[in-house]
Amino acid sequence: MKRLKTDVVVIGGGTTGIGVLRDCAMRGYKTILLDRADLAQGTSGRFHGLLHSGGRYVVTDPESGRECAAENAIIGRIQPEAVERTGGLFVVTPKDDPAFGDKFLAGAAKAAMPVEEIATSAALAREPRLNPGIKRAFLVEDGTVDGWQIAWSAAESAKQYGGQALPYHKVTQVHHLNGAVTGVTATDLKRGETVEIDCSFILNCAGPWAGQVTEMAGLPPVSVIPGRGIMIAMNHRLVNTVINRCIPPADGDIIVPLHTVCIIGTTDHPVTDPDHLQVPANEVQQMFDSGEELLPGFRSARALHTWAGARPLIKDDRVATSDTRHMSRGMAVIDHSTRDGVSGMLTIGGGKLTTYRLMAEHIVDAMEDQLGSHHPCRTADEICPGNQAGHNYLITHRLKDREADRLESPIICECELMNRQMALDLFKSNPLASFDDLRRQLRLGMGPCQGGFCSARLAGLACQEQVMDAGRATGLLKLFLEHRWIGLWPILHGAGVRQAALDAWMLQGTLDVAHIPSPARVEPDPISDAPIDETWQSSGQKENQ
Amino acid sequence: MFEAASYESNLLARASLDSCVKCTICETQCPVMAVTPLFSGPKYVGPQAERYRSGLTVDHSLDYCSSCGTCSLVCPQGVEIAELNSVARAAMKKGHTPLRDQLVSRTSLLGQMMKPVAPLANAVLANRPSRWLIEKTIGIHRNAAMPTAQRHSFSDWWRHHRPSKAPTRGKVVYFHGCAGQYFEVETSIKTVEVLEFIGYEVVCPDQGCCGLPLQSNGLFDTARKYVRRLAEQLNVEVEVPIIASASSCVTMLKHEAHDIMGVDDPTVLQAGQRIREVSEFLLSLADAGTLPGDLAPIHQTVAYHAPCQLKGQGMGKPALALLSLIPQLTVIDAEATCCGIAGTYGVKKEKYAIGQAVGRELFEAVERINPQLAVCDTETCRWQIAAATGATVVHPISLLHQAWGLDQD
Repeated sequence: MKRLKTDVVVIGGGTTGIGVLRDCAMRGYKTILLDRADLAQGTSGRFHGLLHSGGRYVVTDPESGRECAAENAIIGRIQPEAVERTGGLFVVTPKDDPAFGDKFLAGAAKAAMPVEEIATSAALAREPRLNPGIKRAFLVEDGTVDGWQIAWSAAESAKQYGGQALPYHKVTQVHHLNGAVTGVTATDLKRGETVEIDCSFILNCAGPWAGQVTEMAGLPPVSVIPGRGIMIAMNHRLVNTVINRCIPPADGDIIVPLHTVCIIGTTDHPVTDPDHLQVPANEVQQMFDSGEELLPGFRSARALHTWAGARPLIKDDRVATSDTRHMSRGMAVIDHSTRDGVSGMLTIGGGKLTTYRLMAEHIVDAMEDQLGSHHPCRTADEICPGNQAGHNYLITHRLKDREADRLESPIICECELMNRQMALDLFKSNPLASFDDLRRQLRLGMGPCQGGFCSARLAGLACQEQVMDAGRATGLLKLFLEHRWIGLWPILHGAGVRQAALDAWMLQGTLDVAHIPSPARVEPDPISDAPIDETWQSSGQKENQ
Repeated sequence: MFEAASYESNLLARASLDSCVKCTICETQCPVMAVTPLFSGPKYVGPQAERYRSGLTVDHSLDYCSSCGTCSLVCPQGVEIAELNSVARAAMKKGHTPLRDQLVSRTSLLGQMMKPVAPLANAVLANRPSRWLIEKTIGIHRNAAMPTAQRHSFSDWWRHHRPSKAPTRGKVVYFHGCAGQYFEVETSIKTVEVLEFIGYEVVCPDQGCCGLPLQSNGLFDTARKYVRRLAEQLNVEVEVPIIASASSCVTMLKHEAHDIMGVDDPTVLQAGQRIREVSEFLLSLADAGTLPGDLAPIHQTVAYHAPCQLKGQGMGKPALALLSLIPQLTVIDAEATCCGIAGTYGVKKEKYAIGQAVGRELFEAVERINPQLAVCDTETCRWQIAAATGATVVHPISLLHQAWGLDQD
């Protein structure tokens, strides 16, 4: 057992939690962040990648629109490498009401959001695959953002101020004594070790899982209604500009060019269990139909991968629970001293990735109010490590990097241009990394072959370089392929089938990967793994399966 | 507030990248990748890199693609790999095309300049110090094969030409191409004589360049103008076939203008549908039983090389079947991928050695089979093979011309 002592424990390693870790650390608090899985593996890694201009909200939720416009500029400044300045278009398709465009312009003016109506011919010249029947087009400052890069560079910044992020640390107990928080018990899932952390403040940033955390503290659960939305990534960028449908927020109203793909999203259905999100067939068809309205031929393009994410919407009594889209998008900070009589604990919910920094600022302000101290928030002023001022991401970056080093370091993942050195560097800094951990940071297996070629190459490399033994490499390979498959089968049609068939022939038909011996368990399962701690066993609590 | 994207792109070719399954067959067949690491290969430059393209060029090594088109030919999934590469190169070169590339891609201009001073031009091109100077100043390799300037163009001959017999089977439009106009004049004359011998009335309108060398050097805007003008010139007789002895130029009209440069003018598409490479045309007559059969034997064994641009037309190798009609002539398919010239690629100083390495297999086959005589349908390939092996390299039509006894006329 390991014992740690800190001022603040942040529970939840999504972008919000990491933003909170950074903010606390910058204000001088000794802070530890815990997540049962990898950083930004939940909601923060399961969205469409839009850095909002605010355009989506200027009509229905002007306050959110204003916040987005302001935070868009800040994120682009402090984490430029994670942001691509693609620009965005709001287009009125032949099926939509052109009058909404006037409300859109009025809302934008009120929210001080830059917008410019352009000729439809100019929009088509910029994005030739757009529906040629569009009736109006508006340019906005939408961008795209990589949630994982946001998370990791903010975590690096926090580290420079002494903040510590501990992924794969599952909180099993939240302790409080005499109405005040005293600490948490967690399990280091990768090392199979119990970690006791003494602290005086807990910030619950678990998003859709926030209710589970308050329950662990023995408090009435915060009522979170996870809103499930599906996304489909297409095999290449059909557009280089974010394309929004100029209508009130609806399903399938946006196509986002992110890295080498473009992503259509999304749907919104209230669910009870954020750990098991379905990708229903009818919603897949709904996305293809919506894509067709914006970009004719969308259905014939190759779909690459699908996933679902859970919005962390805090229940708002003013609207019915069946309609999560119209619940407050704004963030909500819940103070458990007033709500439950336990001081030293706050929960945050709502918000969106674009406003993650602002959410962090709010909850840390609330914490300081309770502590009776005040330090200025500086998270908007300081650029995060690994970023260069004004140097935004460009789609061509990796191609440029490989042009320089392709003869020195062989490419492992051809689709996403990840080379041998990148993989080895990551294994060196994180010897316990799974292939999925590596994927989130280096994009292994996220391109057209979906791991068919690169994953076996990586397994070979890991053995050759003695990063791991053959058994573990095999186990990780199998796990990786299983995980990729989850996002493949619901959208399997057209050109994607040929790839899947070829991959299956190689990996199953030729190598029989499924039956190569490997240890029963090479990686912890953050959802179902039973922590080893005895106190936990006696308490008999078990998280949602 | 935002700049509109304006760069060379081809949405149809781009869409075809979705069909790539990374099988890597294109890389196993790419003749350039096999001989140099400077080119990262068709899969890499094509469907892979295309996912990273948005008008900004960062991978200048793509220029090592020779545009031979082998990758598109062998791709079992229908990815327009070579087309993607050509478009990417055009995007890269837009506004930065070196003088050398501007010059070598204008065959007609070179021909016009060299014709009045043909003996001098030939002497300069055969002179080592002057070739050294050309390499240093312009960037054309000192050993690269150069065409032989002629004192008389095909048009000079055509102007005074009268058919030796009256037509018996309708008209064809003859498309000679730039090289056929100024350098390979004899091939053009023989093609006309063969067509007239078998009974056609040959119509030959004034015509310009198809734009292929411009296209392969990334100069799309000019190439588009050229091909449109040519299509109009060739459409003088709208119902008759267009016959060409310049097999690579045929490719331009058949599909490259459309598939690479996105030209979809009805005139160009119409000309593309009517054009036939001369061996393809004659073989169809032979298959229909309407070709004169009285071919005299030629007691020779020769190597045949099918040019990449001809193979890219997806019609097999009609010259092989056609030449098999000549008694006693043994034609052996050299079965080489590429001769290495790829239009103007192999003359460039930085690519000459690659071109020679690409062609080595073919050169060895020619030397093994018959070091004196070889057969190939495209001019630049003939010059390349001739320079490398010392053999005389002729168009298939030359052998037919001989077998029908037309050489004596």
